[in-house]
Amino acid sequence: MTSSEILFDSPADPVVEGPVLQVEDLQVSFPSEAGRVHAVRGLSYEVSPGEVLGIVGESGSGKSVSSLAVMGLLPPSARISGSIKFQGRELIGRSDAELSKIRGRRISMVFQDPLSALTPVYTVGDQIAEAILVHRKGSVSKAAAAKRAAELLDLVGIPNAAERAKAFPHEFSGGMRQRAVIAMAIANDPDLIIADEPTTALDVTVQAQVLQLLETAQEVTGAGIVIITHDLGVVAGFADRLMVMYAGRAVETGKVDDIYSQPRMPYTLGLLGSIPRLDVGEKQALVPITGQPPSLTDLPPGCPFAPRCPMVVDACHTAEPPLINVDGSAEHHAACIRTGEIAATDTEGAEAAAEIFGAEVVEAAEIAKVPREERRVVLGLDALVKEYPVNKGVVFKRRVGTVHAVDGITFDIREGETLGLVGESGCGKTTTLMEILGLEKPMGGEISVLGTNVSELDAKRRKAIRRDMSVVFQDPMASLDPRLTIHDVIAEPMQVHGYGKDEINRRVPELMRLVGLRPEQLSRYPGEFSGGQRQRIGIARALALEPKLVVLDEPVSALDVSIQAGVINLLEELKSSLGLAYLFVAHDLSVVRHIADRVAVMYLGKIVEIGDVDSVFEAPRHPYTQALLSAIPIPDPAKERQRERILLTGDLPSPANPPSGCRFRTRCFLHASLPPEKQRTCIELEPPREVQALDHEAACHFAQIRQVL
Amino acid sequence: MTVILNEGDSAGTSGAASGSPVDAAPEPDKAMTRGRLVLIRFVRNRLALVGLSVIVVLYLMAFVGPLLSPWSYDQQDYTAFLQPPYADHVFGTDKIGTDMFALVMRGLQKSLIIGLLVALISTLVAAVVGATAGYFLGAADRALMWIVDLLLVLPSFLIIAILSPLFRGESWWLLVFMLAAFQWMITARIVRGMTLTLKEREFVKAAKFMGQPARTIIAKHIVPNMASLLIIDATINVGSAVLAETGLSYFGFGVQQPDVSLGTLIGTAAESATTFPWLFLFPAGFLVVFVLAVNWVGDGLRDALDPTSTRVRKREKKDTEEKAA
Amino acid sequence: MAGFLLRRLVNYVVLALVATFLAFTLASVTFDPIGVLEQRKPPPPAATIEAKRKDLHLDQPIPQRFVTWMSGVVRGDFGHTITERPITDELGRRVGVSLRLFLLGITLGIGFGVLLGVVSAIRQYKFSDYFATLFSFVLLSTPVFVLGNLLKIGAQDINDAVGTNVLLFVGETTPNFQGTWFEHLWDRLQHLIVPTLTIALGQIAYYSRYQRSSMLDVLGSDFLRTAQAKGLTRRQALFKHGLRTALIPMATLFAFGFGLLVVGGTFTERIFNWFGMGHWLIEGISTQDTNVTATVTLFVAVCVLFSGWLADVLYAALDPRIRVN
Repeated sequence: MTSSEILFDSPADPVVEGPVLQVEDLQVSFPSEAGRVHAVRGLSYEVSPGEVLGIVGESGSGKSVSSLAVMGLLPPSARISGSIKFQGRELIGRSDAELSKIRGRRISMVFQDPLSALTPVYTVGDQIAEAILVHRKGSVSKAAAAKRAAELLDLVGIPNAAERAKAFPHEFSGGMRQRAVIAMAIANDPDLIIADEPTTALDVTVQAQVLQLLETAQEVTGAGIVIITHDLGVVAGFADRLMVMYAGRAVETGKVDDIYSQPRMPYTLGLLGSIPRLDVGEKQALVPITGQPPSLTDLPPGCPFAPRCPMVVDACHTAEPPLINVDGSAEHHAACIRTGEIAATDTEGAEAAAEIFGAEVVEAAEIAKVPREERRVVLGLDALVKEYPVNKGVVFKRRVGTVHAVDGITFDIREGETLGLVGESGCGKTTTLMEILGLEKPMGGEISVLGTNVSELDAKRRKAIRRDMSVVFQDPMASLDPRLTIHDVIAEPMQVHGYGKDEINRRVPELMRLVGLRPEQLSRYPGEFSGGQRQRIGIARALALEPKLVVLDEPVSALDVSIQAGVINLLEELKSSLGLAYLFVAHDLSVVRHIADRVAVMYLGKIVEIGDVDSVFEAPRHPYTQALLSAIPIPDPAKERQRERILLTGDLPSPANPPSGCRFRTRCFLHASLPPEKQRTCIELEPPREVQALDHEAACHFAQIRQVL
Repeated sequence: MTVILNEGDSAGTSGAASGSPVDAAPEPDKAMTRGRLVLIRFVRNRLALVGLSVIVVLYLMAFVGPLLSPWSYDQQDYTAFLQPPYADHVFGTDKIGTDMFALVMRGLQKSLIIGLLVALISTLVAAVVGATAGYFLGAADRALMWIVDLLLVLPSFLIIAILSPLFRGESWWLLVFMLAAFQWMITARIVRGMTLTLKEREFVKAAKFMGQPARTIIAKHIVPNMASLLIIDATINVGSAVLAETGLSYFGFGVQQPDVSLGTLIGTAAESATTFPWLFLFPAGFLVVFVLAVNWVGDGLRDALDPTSTRVRKREKKDTEEKAA
Repeated sequence: MAGFLLRRLVNYVVLALVATFLAFTLASVTFDPIGVLEQRKPPPPAATIEAKRKDLHLDQPIPQRFVTWMSGVVRGDFGHTITERPITDELGRRVGVSLRLFLLGITLGIGFGVLLGVVSAIRQYKFSDYFATLFSFVLLSTPVFVLGNLLKIGAQDINDAVGTNVLLFVGETTPNFQGTWFEHLWDRLQHLIVPTLTIALGQIAYYSRYQRSSMLDVLGSDFLRTAQAKGLTRRQALFKHGLRTALIPMATLFAFGFGLLVVGGTFTERIFNWFGMGHWLIEGISTQDTNVTATVTLFVAVCVLFSGWLADVLYAALDPRIRVN
């Protein structure tokens, strides 16, 4: 960081005593159709200079609202009370003009969605320069601001910064935009940076880069940082202190290590227990938290977590518990009347959670005991190819290139088996899925379902095959037709395939029970269900025809952590009891590790590594797999700080113009470290998939094991 | 000419059903059915309620009014020529002694019927054509878009005016079909755009992958999910159809003798509007009030059906003020 | 980019040709000038009728007639009217009249429409928003032929009140007007005010509704929040980031607005006796004159397509996402 000296004020900046930010009894409420939503209810916290505070909570817990309140960016309909002191000065009640002098200068913010955070009509450089100019009008010339903007872009790791500053936001990838937003946030050397889910919309490798960048930003500016996230992994290695929020209040605060190792509030405990761990090989019992967060319009008295809490007693319903010191530490607080009992259990952390919440490891299916080679192949892909033309011109279209979305991939799935297909967005996993589900003759290669080659199907047999294969989509909001009742949703596949009315009426309630829902709710509409429940309905629909193979497209990534565990458990139970095979597409490798038997890693339309899940995760051979695994944060602060992180440079190359030879070489750390003659091999020869171990293949010329967990 | 019609830009008054074609869910724990929610939102909008009652009153007036009036539209009062409104003739009389109230009601009848029919037919055509084009794409879609482009170059007013000699002496039904034939394009374009979005929705993909045929997908999943848009557009189209009909009739290109519509009445009275204002003001007033009512209802429906409606904020503010007072 | 705009221009020329051909064909099929001639009393001799038939090329198939007419158009000869006057001589004057009316109206309409829309959006649910909304709703529900006549009545009232004719609403100038150039200008201005107002008011209402909703869309956007987060006040962010982005979808609307304007202009010309293109169209259809009708259609198509092309250019200038492609 050589340019930091030029860019930032010297540390001789007057140091203010005490915390940078002091929030006391903050209350925020909004009007809604159903009445006032009390989004934040009496929140108090502090951030010291240079400290990183992590705020963790699920959607609707009030974590984002409270930070927008600090920035003074809540809509005018919000009602705010309490106190927000920045460097000792009260912010609540200040005018927009006064606050705008502080915003961006002393406090800056990084938002969640980098795609929409930049104004589409101005260049990135201009927008960063504006952040400087708006606070230093008169003292900084336009040219100087533009130069600084380019320097800042360079600082956040945008190659060719001076050139790229002239680009418009739509010419930047998501990761680059987030870097630009961070550049904007540190442009005026702020004293506090609030990052609201800064990595949520990004791929894991980019997430790792952005987290690294935030750490750098913190070092350079010396600012206090508030990082808001729903992902306990993200903050484990980065935050100093943690605050867990639930229903608009803090329910547990303390040092990161204390909270991860000795959580004292059942909610925190449940959250920790619900996360599948990337570093746990043996089958882990995931803790599902039943129910859903309460409505914030009219909360009943008592602890808001009580309806979901396994440790609930009558006393919990009388009053909302305040934050109290736990374990005799002045820094660790939890809002629970039974913290003492939690402390008294023999186990700690996730194990304690499994015990208290009563989570169990799901038994493997009968069929899984049969050796793999003896089981039937349910789905077979052989050198599958899918290309898209790139057209130019509005009136007279002409083909100017080809996107090699899927470029010769081969794998098979056998009965009772789960194959996890992983890779970053744009790697071709969704295209692969759509090709499989479309059941059309592929552009190249072969797809076979239960031994039938798809290219040879006529319309009738294609429809017959659809019975054996069903799909569950990612977005529970979009996957159910909002105009149909749940009964009609689940009945639809059976109607298509000519089931009788009586049989449908018998089977639909049965399916509801199978996925853990009450059949009485069948006459309701999807809008009346929560995300997790809808995903269960989607699963019920997928199971209606008793398929052999279920294709799962990111089935849990749109769900809150506490809900996610329940759905994963359900999927595992169904697989075990019905002997299903899953094709599980995901970007979250921890979930894949938990649920899959085998895993295939895709990069730019090719499978770079495939094999038994434990073998691939514990002894990854391909540098891409290694980078991917190392980028995933583990919810364990001690482990996380020691881990070596392989940071990939740059973004995914365009699949319209993939690199020659090995497609990964442009971002490969191994390639960069090789002598020139070996590098030539990577450039000229496409690496073939070679057997590395029993059921473990990788496509790298210089494959070597590297442990990254 | 490819004027990129925003999904939100219907022919109506403000950015039509913007946002997602599928309405967002109410809070899961609130078991409020969608129908009730829409009703509550609509009733809250006072202007829309006023508009709705005005429409009902106008329809009642147009069809019941003439029965109660002592004069009929084809009857002349030879004692009163060009009389301004007075007790015997509440809307006055024209130059051959026809009672203006009877005449205006007669014209109102025709305009209201034509407006309603044209809106229904054109919205139906738009839904079918737009959804088909958007779902299947390809050649049918290109042909449709080209026709729409072409018809945007040639305003429908011009074409119907040119064709008007054809339906001289024919029944007004022909006019209804002509108007409908030239009013579906913009709605169809919006429907097509929405179909493209809906097609990418996972529930449509799910139906496709379970083997549901395309027709069923369009009828069962795509069109019902555009119901909000279609209802809003049908409403707005009533207004546009009435305006189109009266405009053509004003020049003598629309409703023909012996039928009368508000347009022909306004057209006849326009020349002497400054001297005999009542001949002009009564039909013009009914026309404006009707179209205004339709637009208000359309706007109210949009607010009620559009989940991103922000009117709550206003109500909340009012509540607070009331409490403070 | 230049190549793209050039291709669009070529596409537009093709569309204009097809549109004109369509209008020509429809007019040729429906018009019956010989029938009109035969109805004359006393009926003209058969030889005259035959000569007229020959003269109008009615013995040729329609496509051939179109080619004959079009090849004349390419050479600058638009044929002659049914009453044997050369169209080309009159065309220039008529176009001038129409453009003088339209251009001023549309400039005022866009300018004030955008302004009103922005004010309305920023002050959502405040008095000025309600007022602007009511204003545009009423205007959008008032057809041009009603508005024009109402303004006429209003202008008459003003004149009566002042006691002298300040606002003139018949024709473009006072016939046989004598005076200095300044008095001529003043005379024209007096004639211009009411018709321009008629056109501009409708346009203001139309654009303000769209500008309001496009601005409201932007108001909730993330980038506006980012702009505020870096230290811009809400007002600065609104104008620098919000308005600039909200103008983009408006560009495509301008082309639409022009289509509406041509129709509205027809009414306006007719009401205020301006002998422009719209007025000519009505005459052409009434006298069953194919050549005049086709000429006006060509003019309309060229206007709409030119504004469509202008919208493309504007869109490209406003939106960098389009510019690079």
